[in-house]
Amino acid sequence: MLKDITLGQFFPGNTIVHRLDPRTKLILVIVYIVALFSAEGVVTYALVFAALAAVVALSKIKLKVILKSMKPLLFIILLTGLLNLFYTQGTPLLSFWIFTITREGIFNALFMVLRIAMLLAGTFMLTYTTSPISLTDGLEKLLNPLKKIKVPVHELSMMMCIALRFIPTLIEETDKIINAQKARGADFETGSIIRRAKALIPILVPLFISSFRRADELAVAMECRCYHGGEGRTRLKELHYQPRDYLALTEGLVLAVAVIVLAQFGL
Amino acid sequence: MTPILETRDLTHTYGVGTPFESDAIQQVNLTFARGEFVGIIGHTGSGKSTLIQHLNGLLKPTSGDVLLDGRSIWSDKKFTRETRFRVGLVFQYPEYQLFEETVYQDIAFGPKNMGLTKDEIDRRVREAAGFVGIPEENLQKSPFELSGGQKRRVAIAGVIAMEPDVLILDEPTAGLDPVGREGILSNIRAYQAAKNATVIMVSHSMEEIASNVSRLIVMNHGKVAMTGAPREVFARAKELISMGLDIPQITQVFLRLRDMGVGVDTSVYTVEQALESLKKLRGGKLHA
Repeated sequence: MLKDITLGQFFPGNTIVHRLDPRTKLILVIVYIVALFSAEGVVTYALVFAALAAVVALSKIKLKVILKSMKPLLFIILLTGLLNLFYTQGTPLLSFWIFTITREGIFNALFMVLRIAMLLAGTFMLTYTTSPISLTDGLEKLLNPLKKIKVPVHELSMMMCIALRFIPTLIEETDKIINAQKARGADFETGSIIRRAKALIPILVPLFISSFRRADELAVAMECRCYHGGEGRTRLKELHYQPRDYLALTEGLVLAVAVIVLAQFGL
Repeated sequence: MTPILETRDLTHTYGVGTPFESDAIQQVNLTFARGEFVGIIGHTGSGKSTLIQHLNGLLKPTSGDVLLDGRSIWSDKKFTRETRFRVGLVFQYPEYQLFEETVYQDIAFGPKNMGLTKDEIDRRVREAAGFVGIPEENLQKSPFELSGGQKRRVAIAGVIAMEPDVLILDEPTAGLDPVGREGILSNIRAYQAAKNATVIMVSHSMEEIASNVSRLIVMNHGKVAMTGAPREVFARAKELISMGLDIPQITQVFLRLRDMGVGVDTSVYTVEQALESLKKLRGGKLHA
């Protein structure tokens, strides 16, 4: 059950999308989000969508996987769509009881749903094609200038790296504990909300205890290997921009500029 | 007589539709009789854990079926839930699943979920604690104050308190010292004898398996590779080794003896049998 969550998961591969510098991918995601939120009409949406489709195709990540990972957020997507459908002022098309559907409402709802879905798909592409380690490496390098104003960049990225690294472990652990308590007849699916909330105690207590134990063990293990923060630490894999990174960045920027300009004309 | 537990063409596939799709077990057909002590061995990733989680309905088979008393455990929801209580499963390192404030309450968690009366719960908690050798004065302690071995006993008692007909244990002695190991094994044997329960034990220790089980199942790549009495299984030492499994040390010694030209019986798997076999060789007198 919990194993089906693919959010934040990395799918190893050797496509051009996988090989891009993590910094490039991080910047591109930001550029992509800017473009997505600047999009106004059919043309601009189509442009952004085409870019996303191209990346998905290049990465060889199955469409099914992306759609599946959106499933937990389906409710929010649909709710946003519905709210936009009913609460947009404009030319009424249809009205019943207290609801009025307008032409603008339909467009708004459609675009909103598309926007959220594409936002998710775009950011999924980053985590699906970038290993957590190279992702944090990239983030650390990108944020390096902030060190000058005493932001603990290395510590932050190390924390993020550890957090990401332990997501699958924690999911596995939670799965195990749920199964063990189920084997003793724990019931998480029926009863009132209060009963169900109470049913979580047998999962949460062991999970907290093992997280603290793990954190402690990890800290000791790191100290045993002389970890003492980022100062003077060298890396196994140095990041270097390749021609393909400059190419990808240029393409991303062209896309964003095109979208912003076209959006000015309401396209 | 219908076997208490049976699997029919049991198959389970993980991660259907993702790049990680893989068959964990394929076409597993097994039967377990009442009162049997069965061992399951297999290399890491051979599908042992997946298999045992099907036996009490924690995992739903991709295809195939599991039968308890001849009835499919998936036939209706109530029966699936009943299966959880009648087939008790003790996971690996069960001490990490303790959560209650006192040992007593933790052992009572299962019986409480069964909806038993207070008196019945009390009787079962005390009896289960007795089986695993938790002293009376420890019942009101926090489980987190206890030592690792004691915690493990509490966790096993938590399953035993449901008085399951079938008790499944996934490496119950992993990470314990020899004294703790033998203690837990004798606890399990005591429960089996008292309730005529079926015990299924997954283990990596061939010595443990050899000296406890009456039947042995060998899993390899998600399939049942061998099944039979320990003597029959351990006699196929070469195959076991090729599956990345060990054989009991004493069997290894005897195989080596035979290679050296001594005409010994290589199907022995406990030290007692070895002694008998050596005596025969020397005409009944070992210390001649």
